[in-house]
Amino acid sequence: MAIYPPERIWWKPLGREERLWVTVAALWCFFMFFMLIGWYFLGAQNLPTRAQRITTAQYKSLADQFVEANKVGEENGVPIVHPQPGTDIYLVAKQWQWTPILELENNKTYTLHVSSLDVQHGLSIQPINLNLQIFPGYDYMITITPNKAGNYSLWCNEFCSIGHHLMTGKIVVK
Amino acid sequence: MAAIALPNTFSGTRSVFRVCPVTTFKVDLAAERLIIVNAVTAIVALLLGGIYALLIGLTRWPDVHLLSAPWFYRLLTAHGMNMLVFWMVFFEVAGLYFGGNALLNARLVGVKLAWVAYALMLGGAILVNVIIMMGRADVMFSAYPPLKADPLFYVGYILFAVGAILACCIFLATLVMAKVEGRYEGSMPLAVFGLLTAAIIALFTLLSGAVALIPTLLWSLGIGNVDPGAYRVTFWGFGHSAQQVNLSAMIAIWYTLATLTVGAKPVNEKLSRFAFFLYILFINLGSMHHLLTDPGLGTAAKFFNTSYAMYLAVLGSLIHAFSIPAAIETAMRKKGYNKGLFGWLLNAPWKEPGFSALMFSLFIFGFIGGPTGVVLGAGQLSLLAHNTWRITGHFHATVVGGTTLAFMGFAYYVLPLVFRRPLFAKKIAQWQPWVYGIGLIILSISMTLAGTLGAPRRHWDVTFSNVTIPVQVQPLMNLMLTFSGIGAVIAATGGAMFIIVAVGSLLFSPKRDPKALSPLEA
Ligand code: HEM
Ligand SMILES: [Cu+2]
Ligand SMILES: [Cu+2]
Repeated sequence: MAIYPPERIWWKPLGREERLWVTVAALWCFFMFFMLIGWYFLGAQNLPTRAQRITTAQYKSLADQFVEANKVGEENGVPIVHPQPGTDIYLVAKQWQWTPILELENNKTYTLHVSSLDVQHGLSIQPINLNLQIFPGYDYMITITPNKAGNYSLWCNEFCSIGHHLMTGKIVVK
Repeated sequence: MAAIALPNTFSGTRSVFRVCPVTTFKVDLAAERLIIVNAVTAIVALLLGGIYALLIGLTRWPDVHLLSAPWFYRLLTAHGMNMLVFWMVFFEVAGLYFGGNALLNARLVGVKLAWVAYALMLGGAILVNVIIMMGRADVMFSAYPPLKADPLFYVGYILFAVGAILACCIFLATLVMAKVEGRYEGSMPLAVFGLLTAAIIALFTLLSGAVALIPTLLWSLGIGNVDPGAYRVTFWGFGHSAQQVNLSAMIAIWYTLATLTVGAKPVNEKLSRFAFFLYILFINLGSMHHLLTDPGLGTAAKFFNTSYAMYLAVLGSLIHAFSIPAAIETAMRKKGYNKGLFGWLLNAPWKEPGFSALMFSLFIFGFIGGPTGVVLGAGQLSLLAHNTWRITGHFHATVVGGTTLAFMGFAYYVLPLVFRRPLFAKKIAQWQPWVYGIGLIILSISMTLAGTLGAPRRHWDVTFSNVTIPVQVQPLMNLMLTFSGIGAVIAATGGAMFIIVAVGSLLFSPKRDPKALSPLEA
């Protein structure tokens, strides 16, 4: 009776089924524990963990330089850039646009920098459904190697004020 | 039925008790009044949150798309606050007073302070609601800086948290005093032990909330700065740990409902108590899984939190997942329902709303909410799910299908006891857990699937009309969003049924045998 005090001596040994269940459950938990450590080494895609502090002004000027050096066109006023493989590339989050449009080469590795110029945003890369939280003041550095050509849509999945649903962008892998 | 006044050991005061004719517990009338106001306030918050749920649910149904963008975001903020914070915590405070006083036959320590706690919480909740409705806090309940709300929004949030901290302290003091005054024999009941677990986690949780929100309040007034990363660490120390409070309270209520509905007895008190203890030690680490995709946390932090200690809390849950159904089965078999493997389950009192609420809650939490949570806590998978509707699908199966439904089942027992009125519209109550449960199963599964296809959370327009750079949406996503709209309507209907029963019991049911129950003043 869970709502009444138990009998005086309630620290009794476990029954047979209970022992079995607890053992199986504990083993499963340990298995999961080692599995997740293992997956950290085996998995091809891990959480990015590199970031550094940066002011929004600094980040903006880095990104502006990057766009100026690599711009190859424009779509609806948003610059399109085609950076050299192996270099640092910059994506800017701001209310309410991901900019610039990045043109990348397939099977080449880049260091993608992402940071916000105003509030927090959510970088959502579709259709592969990769999602990262983006802060202002933090330069998030993500090593990426696109392995499939095509158009990738970007949208924002962290509420970033009233125009949140207008915030989109694009990565093109060629 | 007589009321009795017992002198209190350490103060000159006397508490007035009545003996509950149904349960024979001695109930401190001061505690009873607080249980009633906290529970009724909780239900008002649930009503508000439920109306908003229907409206935002219909907005996210693509073919209906009911609200304008500003009102969608505004009501989503209000839905999160009223449901996750106000409904849950007011109800939990009522639960604490019920567990600490009625179940232990104990008196409430610090009656005046308990009213102060209530006033702080109520004032905070009203302030937050008003500011949101004025359009000055369209920031969601998580209020991530540098998105800024009106300072009064944070003031309301903080007042509420301070009131809740006070209520937890009163509960703890009540437990101590009950022991000192010998109001119960031996160890405290398992349900109270579970509530104690919840209160201990709550103290840590609410303090963490204060650490997150006080600097944010100052920043909104132009004093100092708030680091977005540090805010998220402390905010989720509140926001997620609050879910562990809900979890512990829910499990305490599961044990209680199993006892009340089929007379189940915990199979092994030691094991169940150990499982609660695991929560206190390990469950707070779960907060970190909100931060796995954040910049600013290093490899070691992400690595540790994606795996290791979380599983010890999971072990606690797996133990309860065995103990509660086993207790129900044992009790049913004792009553002679022994036919076959599942005869005990088929013959269970499914028409009893407390029982069907318990079973739906167990099922939805145990098979949808819990497992999805463990999955989402893994780093690599967090990358695929962060901020998508998968998250929303997950927690509507934990805190709604699990906790809220369990609380509703509990209310069907507690409200008649404390109102001293029979349940209103029993027929509606009988079906309510089914409607709510089925609606939520549809809602949370379709939210999860939509999120798997990329559907973002907190988003007004997944058709992305009007954007500068057009995007491609997976075609199946629309279908899933439609299903979730249907689920939302069914669940909202179930929510309304609960409100009708609860409010109707207070307003329309005749007071039970008023003369026999009148307290004997001493
Ligand atoms: C009738 C039942 C309910 C329905 C139909 C419902 C529906 C919804 C919908 C459609 C969203 C919007 C998600 C988005 O756009 O991202 C949402 C968000 C949410 N709901 Fe519910 N809900 C219900 C009950 C509850 C309850 C009882 C709770 C808490 C105890 C709750 C907690 C939340 C929270 C915390 C959010 C997230 C808000 C945010 O992202 O800031 N819901 N709900
Ligand atoms: Cu954004
Ligand atoms: Cu956004």
